Amino acid sequence: MPLPLPSGKVNPLSSPADSTAEATPRQDAMREQLLSDVTACLGDALVQSHINVGNDLCVRVATDAWASSAATLKASLGFDYFCFLSAIDWMPSPFGKGEEDPTAEREERSTEIKQGLAGGETRMQVFARLVNHRTHVGITLKTDVPDATPVVPSWVNVFTGANWHERETHEMFGISFAGHPDLRNMYLPTDFEGHPLRKDFPLLSRMVKPWPGIVDVEPLPGGGDEDEAEGSAQ
Amino acid sequence: MTMIGDRQQLAYIASQAADARVNVELETEGMTLNIGPQHPATHGTLRIIARLDGEQVLWAEPSCGYMHRGYEKLTEVRTFPQVTALVNRIDWLGSFANEVPFILAAEQLMEIEAPPRAQWIRTILFELSRIANVSLFLGDLGVQLGAITPVFFAFRDREYVLNLIEGATGGRFHPNFDRIGGLKDDLPAGWIDETRAVMKKMRKFCDEIENLLFGNEIFESRTRGIGVIPRDVALQYGMSGANLRASGVDWDLRRDQSLPMAWDKVDWKVWTHNDGDSYARCWVRLQETRESTLIVERLLDTLPSGPVMTKVPRIIKVPEGEAWVSTENPLGEMGYYVVSKGDLGPFRVKIRSASFNNISIVPWLLKGVYVPDIITILASLYFILGDIDR
Repeated sequence: MPLPLPSGKVNPLSSPADSTAEATPRQDAMREQLLSDVTACLGDALVQSHINVGNDLCVRVATDAWASSAATLKASLGFDYFCFLSAIDWMPSPFGKGEEDPTAEREERSTEIKQGLAGGETRMQVFARLVNHRTHVGITLKTDVPDATPVVPSWVNVFTGANWHERETHEMFGISFAGHPDLRNMYLPTDFEGHPLRKDFPLLSRMVKPWPGIVDVEPLPGGGDEDEAEGSAQ
Repeated sequence: MTMIGDRQQLAYIASQAADARVNVELETEGMTLNIGPQHPATHGTLRIIARLDGEQVLWAEPSCGYMHRGYEKLTEVRTFPQVTALVNRIDWLGSFANEVPFILAAEQLMEIEAPPRAQWIRTILFELSRIANVSLFLGDLGVQLGAITPVFFAFRDREYVLNLIEGATGGRFHPNFDRIGGLKDDLPAGWIDETRAVMKKMRKFCDEIENLLFGNEIFESRTRGIGVIPRDVALQYGMSGANLRASGVDWDLRRDQSLPMAWDKVDWKVWTHNDGDSYARCWVRLQETRESTLIVERLLDTLPSGPVMTKVPRIIKVPEGEAWVSTENPLGEMGYYVVSKGDLGPFRVKIRSASFNNISIVPWLLKGVYVPDIITILASLYFILGDIDR
């Protein structure tokens, strides 16, 4: 039987998981209400949604309705703070995690594309985040990017701040934004080839030399070889 | 600053001289002014290209990428505990504050929470990074306007805070101290008393800066009414932190979201200003620095005892899922959208840094201002290059 601890003291053996283990029903009334509002606002444009209980609401909208959904959410639900816009490439990296020796025989890697929360049908997805600055509640919006023609409508006319984010996404993922005034590169030279954040773009430094940091415990330099020390003891 | 003279402009001057006309109305011809990449006002290597008409800016465009290090790509080939060493270097003046949201996102996915003492110490170190970061801003502000003294005060007094951070974490600039599930270590002996003494010093520093700059006639005339950002525009551009609060939006992520941190355990005030000009942004930052010293003191008063690390597996695998955590960093809202596939390392990390959004307003803001105000406005927006380029 656990002894009562003095106030302010925490049992060093207890973990937060113990205290929350009393199976509080995993629900989020506030976000469920928000989701029903969002569903009412967006109508058919909303494809799928997911409530990350206590943390976030994730909504996937149709590609054609990407810009109009943002405008609707801004006008009718007060999501007027533009947080960020970027993309995810859901293809598993053909180069592994970088911890593997690039010269060694490769094991068969899964090439299955599996999208995250709120699902999806395409390899790449654009996602963005809006916040209602009065209620401080945020929403993550996602949309599929057609594989053949990676173009989605631009948000520039809804949120001016999306301009740079879309330039960055265009440069890093090769996704175009219809209606964006000027999709110049933000970071890379103009004649740079490839889109660095796509999973099939190799990280060259990893190709040349495997990452040594994957070894969790390394012997200290000059601390003597462990095997030798064992040998001498025997 | 380098001036790029236009051929037309030279031709224009030559024709003027040839005509030798006098008393004509002064006409101006466009000129392109290049500021940076190496300029003291740019906190790194930001280049700004401005098209001028006389003394007025027609348009201005920041050119980023001189310090792009590709952290979003690099995180994909690191394990979760290794990522903190990278994200440390995004905003290098407030490094510890960069680690916290990433660790919180990983903890959220693993459904663990740091013990209370670790949460308290995290919050204290977070606020210390803010004080170290913003005190340099306050000193630097003077230099941008031609006053040298404040920057010496800032470097002198920031050192006390850096010593504290070094004392607790072992690193002056890049602590890499935050761990999934808690902290690397507890506080060293004597650190708490030392911190109380330094917080008094930092409040004195704030008073000094207030006396030196705020209320100074030159400072006021260079910043009042300059670079005004209305609140709608600020929200559209995703401005955050003191820049947003100076435009009259009462929003502070430390107060307005529930995170396993200790800000909600003590009383403090969120400072706002309604003017939205350069002066307001500087003023809000000054008040926030002073408020931070109070937060630290109050947290030290209520510091709980107990462990600083919860039980975590030795090899950390983060379950599949997506998490978004952002915190109110010294520069503004800093957040990570972490996608995990159940591996040792993250699948994708979107780093939402404050300065990227804060500086994306520059083309809009600099339109129509006068050349000397460019530097004041940039200084008051306050950005760190590593935080723009990542």
